[in-house]
Order: sequence, then structure tokens, then C-alpha cells
Amino acid sequence: MSEGRAMDERMQRLADMRDDPAVDLSLDANAIGGLLAGIFGADVTGSDGRCASCSTVSVMGTMRVYMRGPGIVVRCPACTQVVLRVVETPRGTMVDLRGVAAVRLPG
Amino acid sequence: MAIEWQLGTVSSTRDETATVRTFTLGLPAWAGHRPGQHVDLRLTADDGYSVERSYSIASEPERAREVDITVERIPGGEVSPFLHEVVVPGDRLEVRGPIGGYFVWEAALGGPLLLVAGGSGVVPLMAMARHRARAGMSIPTRLVFSSRTYDEVIYREELDRLAAARDGFEVVHTLTRGQPPGWTGFSRRIDEAMLADALEPLGAATRAYACGPTALVEVVANALVRLGLPPDRIRTERFGPTGT
Repeated sequence: MSEGRAMDERMQRLADMRDDPAVDLSLDANAIGGLLAGIFGADVTGSDGRCASCSTVSVMGTMRVYMRGPGIVVRCPACTQVVLRVVETPRGTMVDLRGVAAVRLPG
Repeated sequence: MAIEWQLGTVSSTRDETATVRTFTLGLPAWAGHRPGQHVDLRLTADDGYSVERSYSIASEPERAREVDITVERIPGGEVSPFLHEVVVPGDRLEVRGPIGGYFVWEAALGGPLLLVAGGSGVVPLMAMARHRARAGMSIPTRLVFSSRTYDEVIYREELDRLAAARDGFEVVHTLTRGQPPGWTGFSRRIDEAMLADALEPLGAATRAYACGPTALVEVVANALVRLGLPPDRIRTERFGPTGT
């Protein structure tokens, strides 16, 4: 099995298990500002981000974060679709950004 | 542009309650922070295993090159028991911050101000209250603070002192699990009626900040919207299973 498929399955299992919107154990993305700064190169918690699913623009720090486990899932506060996923692996950190349409970086 | 890790030195510790302790971290390279922001702490074991946690900054930005973090000891947690049982003044910790551009308040933003806290959710709000006092502002401010018991009220004496200054800062306590004899404060969970009373003298232009467990913050945010505060004047910080 390819590493990519194994990763996809792990991502999916994480999504299924821990970020069911019906069970709201979420935090604000403000809590992962340090991690996001490592991805985007700046503190984006006060910046606007646009959801690729519904196009709603939200302050990044208000997005919903589900982090009960080895992976982190960020969801749009308007439509609850996945915006961003981060999984730490022995070979590095995998960042799935396909749910992000745009992020405005601090000037 | 990424936020760099720096080494902080624990210069002192102070017990706030039986399970909550404040650590003062000396940070020579600290660039300053805004009240409401947090830091990430990173612990690394000899075998390279490392773990990070976020902790709100409790101190006001007027204090240069040091921050206080106030940490509740979570039984079974990975980081907070280490901080409580192992870390002593003189120890060095890896620190990254300040972090957060959303849940922040500075005196220049003005008020009136409604602060709502559950348990250790008071920590970032304390940075705001200390900053407000230090800046000599008389912005009307109310802190609605839910704790389990009297002995578990974090910063109790300092909050009493801030309120005694009679400069517009008031504290409304509620104790949800047990009350001492003669208790005249509230003894139930924070609800819409309690918030309506607190909000009424502050008025419609109030800025609200709520921090605590997710369930409490949801109740508060929904109640404040029903009470007529525009959603963009309500800022929330939920904490849950990460603060261990």
C-alpha cells in the first residue's frame, strides 16, 4: 500500500473519529496560532481566511479546531466543512490545505 | 516571520489555589504582548520526544521582558503535572510567542468591558484587567467569574483589591459546587439572567470577552447575542483537552 493511501486513510479515520460536528469538543483556532504560524509564516489568528467549500470569510482565530488525538482538524465555523488538517508523522508534518480558498497574511 | 522558540527562565512561582500555580518566565528576547495572547511551551525529553501546550499570558504588557503564565494542574496530563511537580525557579523552558490576534483587548480599544470566565479561563482576562488598572483607565468593566468553590477562586485576593479601587472595575462571583457560610454571591452556573444583570449598566456598546470550557463559552456567546450584543463585539476563547 502506498504511503499516500495510508496517509489518506489515516486522515479520514481522524476526521471520522474526532471531529464529528454533532459532538462539539472544539476549540478556537486561536489555540493553534503557533502551529499556524509555522505553516503560513506569520501569526494568522487575526487574519481573514476563506473556506473553499462555502466561500465564507472568517477570522482564522474563530475557526473550529478538533485536536483530541495525534491529528488536528480545522473546520469552517459557517458550514463545518474541513478547512485544514495537520498530522504529525515520523517522517514529518503533513498539512492538508485543500479546504482553504485563501488566507490574508498580516501586512 | 514564523514565531521563533526562545529560552525562558522560571524566575519565580506562586500558588494561586491548591491546583493552580503561576510561573513567572524571564524572557530576555521578549518583544512584548497584547492582553489576551498566549504562549506555546515546549518540553523535550532526553530521547527527543517533545510535547507542546498553549498557555494564556496572565500578566500585563507593561512588565518588560517577562510574562506570567497560570497553569491548572490536570491529573493525568502530560505537561501541567510536570510544571507543577518538577519545575522550580532557575529552570529553563522553551517558549514561543506571543500568539493570537483575535482574543485581545487593549486600553486603546475602549469599553465598556464585560469579561466572563469559567475557572482558569480567567487567566487571559486577568491580563486585560491588570493592563486596564496599570494604564489608569476607568473604563467600566465587569468580570463575571464562575468557580467551583471559594478556595478555587483564582486571583481572589487580587480581584478583591482591583474591585476595592472603585475605578469602575467590578467582580461578580458565582460558586457552582459549594459556598462558604454567609456567601452572598451567586451559586449557579452562569446563565442568561446573570449576564443580563451584568450587562445592563454597561450598555449596548459593550465589548465582551468570554473564556472557559467550551460548554460555558457556548452558553455565554449565545446568551449575549440574545441580549442584543452584536456578534462582532463578542470574542471567545474555548479551552478543552489541550490545556493538560
